[in-house]
Amino acid sequence: MSLILVIITAALVDNVVLSQFYGLCPFLGVSKQVKTAAGMGAAIIFVVTVSSAICSILYDLVLVTFDLTYLKTIVFIIIIAALVQLVEMVLKKVSRPLYVALGVYLPLITTNCCVLGTVLTNVQKEADFITSVCTGLGASLGFTLSIVLMAGVREKLAHNNVTKSFQGMPVVLLSACLMAIAFYGFKSLV
Amino acid sequence: MNKPLERIFNGLVKENPTFVLMLGMCPTLAVTTSAINGLGMGISTMVVLIMSNLMISALRKIIPDGVRMPAYIVVVASFVTIVEMLMHAYVTPLYDSLGVYIPLIVVNCIILGRAEAYASKNPVIPSIFDGVGMGLGFTVALTILGMIRELFGAGTLFGMQIMPEAFTPVSILVLAPGAFLVMAVLTALQNKFKAPSATNIKGDDIACGGNCAGCTGRACGANHMAIAEQKAKEALELQEKLKAERAAKAAAKAEADAAKKEGKTE
Repeated sequence: MSLILVIITAALVDNVVLSQFYGLCPFLGVSKQVKTAAGMGAAIIFVVTVSSAICSILYDLVLVTFDLTYLKTIVFIIIIAALVQLVEMVLKKVSRPLYVALGVYLPLITTNCCVLGTVLTNVQKEADFITSVCTGLGASLGFTLSIVLMAGVREKLAHNNVTKSFQGMPVVLLSACLMAIAFYGFKSLV
Repeated sequence: MNKPLERIFNGLVKENPTFVLMLGMCPTLAVTTSAINGLGMGISTMVVLIMSNLMISALRKIIPDGVRMPAYIVVVASFVTIVEMLMHAYVTPLYDSLGVYIPLIVVNCIILGRAEAYASKNPVIPSIFDGVGMGLGFTVALTILGMIRELFGAGTLFGMQIMPEAFTPVSILVLAPGAFLVMAVLTALQNKFKAPSATNIKGDDIACGGNCAGCTGRACGANHMAIAEQKAKEALELQEKLKAERAAKAAAKAEADAAKKEGKTE
């Protein structure tokens, strides 16, 4: 039960994009169409969940044991970069259609704050293995939810008559603002 | 204008990373709840940027091309760790309020972007000044955002009470939605006064505005695809236009020939 609560907290209450501001670059950049946004989301779910698991194990077993916790930033970013590369290679070999669908987005994920941010927050909160994985899953689900919603809003916006000064990025940021207010309502949920 | 000054001006005004290039949005929106936080984040990013530009520019002939990205990431991560430890030791309150966003400087697009776009191709001294300029631009932008949000959201400026007692703080501005709101209004003003920005350069239906000169080649695979598609479409249209023209010419010629023949037979 508490694990479900962890997932809901990470996905809705502490939504990575709308309340923590992780991963804003893809949120604003890859949210033109629902289809591509969903592809990006799927890639993120995979990478964040797996990297939370690996980083949690490595931190507890290696870094804490040898008193090297100050190296965590360097170690985590290298793990994430390697993992993304690995995922890309495995997908290429195992599932061609999925690779073609996610291919473009995978290299972008290394430098997505969403991954490193989630992993570092897990370590800061001293969460155990299972909680870390659930937080990773919840956070990435929250990211997917918000980017797909955003893409839906932007698809509708394309047909609307927006005031000249607000065309382009400003109206997108305004929609993000309204979405953030809506997600603020989840604060009292947990 | 001499080179160092030109680099600083470029970073501060011409290619301001926040307002013109719209890079590194995560820390920009996340830590600007107060002016002092914005200033602290800006300065720590600037230090990392200058050091990593120096290092990468000095090592640019040694780092093999194939593994340059991981190499850059390691260099940047090392400097971020050093800055984090220094901040923990000397400015603990700021360290506590910035929290996880200090290690997240590693994935700030501006730093890797400058490494890839400038430091890896230029000598050490200009690279350092490029770091100074970009860092100053980022710091100024973050401080301005922080000042706006703090002034209207809490009625204070750098912790000092500015607004009169009767002023009710618009507290939404210091919460998460306020960050988006302030940024939206600022970019709208930029559009209104036609100031250069990634959002109002021609071809604005892609995220970076198709501003390839200022682009770092990173994090825009999707944009490159969009641009390639657009170009392919244009090329196809051109081809079809040419074909149509040729067909029209041929038809005109055939008509003329036919007319001639008719004339002869007559």
